[in-house]
Amino acid sequence: MLNTFDILETIKMIDEEHLDIRTITMGISLRSCASESVARTAEKIYDKICFRAEKLVSTANAIASEYGIPIINKRVSVTPISLLCDCVDSEDVIPLALSLQRAAEAVGIDFIGGYSAMVHKGYTLGDRRLISSIPEALSRTGCVCSSVNVATTRAGINMDAVAQMGEIIKKTAYLTRENDSIGCAKFVVFSNAPEDNPFMAGAFHGVGEAECAINVGVSGPGVVLAAIERAGDCSFTELSELIKKTAFKITRMGQLAAAEATRRLDAEFGIVDLSLAPTPAARDSVARVLEAMGLESVGTHGSTAALAMLNDAVKKGGVMASSHVGGLSGAFIPVSEDAGMIQAAQSGILTIDKLEAMTAVCSVGLDMIAVPGDTSAATLSAIIADEIAIGTINNKTTAVRIIPVYGKKEGESAHYGGLLGDAPIMPVHGQGSEKFIARGGRIPAPIHSQRN
Amino acid sequence: MRAIITVVGSDTVGIISGISKILAENNVNIMDISQSILQDLFAMVMLVDISKSSKPFAELASVITDAGNQMNVKVHVMHEDIFTSMHRI
Repeated sequence: MLNTFDILETIKMIDEEHLDIRTITMGISLRSCASESVARTAEKIYDKICFRAEKLVSTANAIASEYGIPIINKRVSVTPISLLCDCVDSEDVIPLALSLQRAAEAVGIDFIGGYSAMVHKGYTLGDRRLISSIPEALSRTGCVCSSVNVATTRAGINMDAVAQMGEIIKKTAYLTRENDSIGCAKFVVFSNAPEDNPFMAGAFHGVGEAECAINVGVSGPGVVLAAIERAGDCSFTELSELIKKTAFKITRMGQLAAAEATRRLDAEFGIVDLSLAPTPAARDSVARVLEAMGLESVGTHGSTAALAMLNDAVKKGGVMASSHVGGLSGAFIPVSEDAGMIQAAQSGILTIDKLEAMTAVCSVGLDMIAVPGDTSAATLSAIIADEIAIGTINNKTTAVRIIPVYGKKEGESAHYGGLLGDAPIMPVHGQGSEKFIARGGRIPAPIHSQRN
Repeated sequence: MRAIITVVGSDTVGIISGISKILAENNVNIMDISQSILQDLFAMVMLVDISKSSKPFAELASVITDAGNQMNVKVHVMHEDIFTSMHRI
């Protein structure tokens, strides 16, 4: 029989240390839904999602109950909708967003991702239609998430798209001004976007994916935090070993849930995403993990090194625990979703500049960062350009989810609740970047993209 | 299917009998059992076979958990695989 200590350790992780499966995300291909009529396409999208994801929520709940693991979110990701916008006979593609929303409500999921476009090298007609509709789509839906990939290491950075993203974010912030510009929390700009990401807002079902796949994202900063605290004063060698072992256990749970969901839902096994995803709950925080390593506050000197070690150890521990690892796989550092990050940002220790440096060594990027509502579109685009450059040059995914909170200034806070949390409004540099962003064109792919 | 039942809480008379009575009533066979007192805290782990259980898993788990609540102990009923996958390579 199993060791009593091991059994009680698992129970403690779940009961006291916030161990959970953040999301079971079903990726559904919508390539079969293309049609010339927008109304017909919307109908086909609705039908396909309802057919494929009909049992997603009940199955996830059954797994949660049998295995005793909380499964927080059930989500769906779909083929980038821009692909369906190419052949429709209308400029107005909003009905497709509304159809995603209706389907999400019908199957009872928390979020649906894939109102997305890939324009790292250039736009098609469908990309233009979709991107220009994003602000209205996000203001008229509740759980639809959108993303645009503006760069890859192989293609370089599409600076025309980067410039447009600033405008799209400003417009989305204005249209959702009644709710602290929440629309921007559901929109992310990517470099090297993964096609099997289970996490929102950036999830979509890439064109190389199967008809229907299950991708699972685990959580677990609280478990890592407790392990580090128990270890007390020890060297980084010992600390990284400890994090690896903890990440292994967390990931095994995700692997089990993914395999079981795949079997019960008659889908393909996609990936397990190894990310440490925080929540606003007190100890479920990546910031607290970094602080437990000996930093007085996240954001101070040493934060980047601490995060680099954490991120690497999580991957090393997780990789062996899962048959297929993918998605973003690393530590997340969203500001509003992490109690420790919120505190450090409020006290001014954690700045956007430091966060940018930290994103060079972890997954995702500038995530859930609220800035003053009067931040210009060009400044937003320049922030995006910086972050995207880090991903493009370093051959990794980076992303920006930034919220210029309409009508609010530095020192105030935006309130979203739930997993999105509360975002203190962080200052941006006052010096403009208009002329830089207005240049347009493409920043060529870096030299090390030439690997053939 | 095999499940692990854990009971953690302050030690009182009749915890094991309270839980095992429900298991017997529902045709659930106890395969292994271990119990210890850790710093005044009662900790019991049971391996049970629920393949012939007269109640579906969720219902059985809820009955056992309720019984635990009445005895002021915390009870978890979980599929065995969660523990084997986490702690065995």
